[in-house]
Amino acid sequence: MDSFQSKIVPVGTLLAILVVAWYAFAVVLNGPFQRDLDRRAGETPGQLEFLMRTWSQPKPTLPAPHQVAQNFYKSTFTVKPWSNRSLIYHAWVTLSSTFVGFAFGAALGILIAVGIVHFASLDRSLMPWIITSQTIPILAIAPMVVVVFASIGITGLFPKALISTYLSFFPVAVGMVKGLRSPEVMHLDLMRTYNATRPQVFWKLRVPASLPFLFASMKVAVAASLVGAIVAELPTGAVAGIGAKLLNGAYYSQTIDIWAALVAGSLVAVMLVALVGLAGRITDYAMGGRPA
Amino acid sequence: MNAIASHKPAPALPVTQSGVADVVAASKLGLVFNTNDGPVQALSNVDLTIGKGEFVSFIGPSGCGKTTLLRVIADLEKPTSGTIMVNGMTPEQARERRAYGYVFQAAALFPWRTIADNVALPLEIMGISKAERAERIRRTLELVNLAGFEKKYPWQLSGGMQQRASIARALAFDADLLLMDEPFGALDEIVRDHLNQQLLELWARTNKTICFVTHSIPEAVYLSTRIVVMSPRPGRVTDIIDTNLPRERPLDVRESPEFLAIAARVRDGLKAGHSYED
Repeated sequence: MDSFQSKIVPVGTLLAILVVAWYAFAVVLNGPFQRDLDRRAGETPGQLEFLMRTWSQPKPTLPAPHQVAQNFYKSTFTVKPWSNRSLIYHAWVTLSSTFVGFAFGAALGILIAVGIVHFASLDRSLMPWIITSQTIPILAIAPMVVVVFASIGITGLFPKALISTYLSFFPVAVGMVKGLRSPEVMHLDLMRTYNATRPQVFWKLRVPASLPFLFASMKVAVAASLVGAIVAELPTGAVAGIGAKLLNGAYYSQTIDIWAALVAGSLVAVMLVALVGLAGRITDYAMGGRPA
Repeated sequence: MNAIASHKPAPALPVTQSGVADVVAASKLGLVFNTNDGPVQALSNVDLTIGKGEFVSFIGPSGCGKTTLLRVIADLEKPTSGTIMVNGMTPEQARERRAYGYVFQAAALFPWRTIADNVALPLEIMGISKAERAERIRRTLELVNLAGFEKKYPWQLSGGMQQRASIARALAFDADLLLMDEPFGALDEIVRDHLNQQLLELWARTNKTICFVTHSIPEAVYLSTRIVVMSPRPGRVTDIIDTNLPRERPLDVRESPEFLAIAARVRDGLKAGHSYED
């Protein structure tokens, strides 16, 4: 009952407001075209009939929620998961490159952070470049990367994963630098009184202290990874993936398809972030975390 | 008046009762911190010897350098003048040989380790075998009355228990010297009295040398065989008081005339240090 009061009611209320607003906007945005259609057909529908028609166009400017839901249901549950009309298939294509990219990104980020924390020269030389790397607009660089790799015969998962890596290493590197530097002076002094070696200080103090920071930054990184994978699918005629589905939808003005693909994309994102969050919770529990 | 301890050559200082090698021997010790506001003289001309088995308290107002002195002994700070030997070695050599256990103002337990694992930390670092670790954890936790709390995490324990666990951690590797930096400063008086009593028992049983920083006069008098009174700006030793209380000390020894006389002398020493400056 408590979680019902504190979570479901506020979230549900907001959702209801959004759905109502969505229907209202659908009328506003699809209205002019519908009026045009009706005028040419010589029909004069009543108020209610007019509303219904704005919510059921085959290629609306803004599809109504139930249209998106129908399309999503149809292309998720009524087709074979491995057919290329299935959103599950496309989500899986995107997800696999997201996973690969995220794994490399997280590993790279951790590696960079370890280097930065242990070598002052890396701290000074690497950090400005890392920050500069993130000022480059990914939408500009992703097509180039994909095209360049395609020209030397590398297509498919690898170039997409590379974009994901590029986007996801940054939050992990920054978070881990902060995490590895988070031990209190007192804990570091304590290790010094034991004459602990640097590897001992690293494994017994810095790494455990950094884990909460790692999981917080990985939540950001995994979402960025997914965005990277989708963006990498947009250019150069990728044949499968959420990004390809979005591009196809835009090509043929299948707005409902676009929205259904967007819904699939955000569901995948929610799943990924929840998965990282769960891993974080399990780690925290294993490390004696105080129940919240 | 502050010449009782300082400005005297080291050999003229009170020789330890047992006559064995000094655990700590400092001579003309000085330390200057370079801060943004210019150099700060944290320690000046400190002469001090501590013999084996002694319980020496350092008392003084904040900024008198008592913690700094303890940190110099522990090789957590480097002196800028004078000499200091720990067990006949430089502090660095002594630290490398794990000559002392250090207890901080806060318990400084690792929150992701259980109490037993926290006590095991120095043992792991020193490469002690797993079987031997288990034995020492059992023994030291018993020594600080924490048997049965091995599997608890620090947050599940009260502040006093956490500090006892940190003492167990400092005792686990059997160093002969225990350096304690206001270990009970953050605890309430009832808990502090209790822990003081336990610390004395522990000292009697283990025969360790203890250096104890405090800013409580009753605590210093109750615990120590010797009290080093310090004063700030610059941090220096103004008086060294031998206490002649019996080693067996029930809490009510604090009402005895001897106790009050020593406490009065400590208070005078602290006052003298202050009027010198302000």
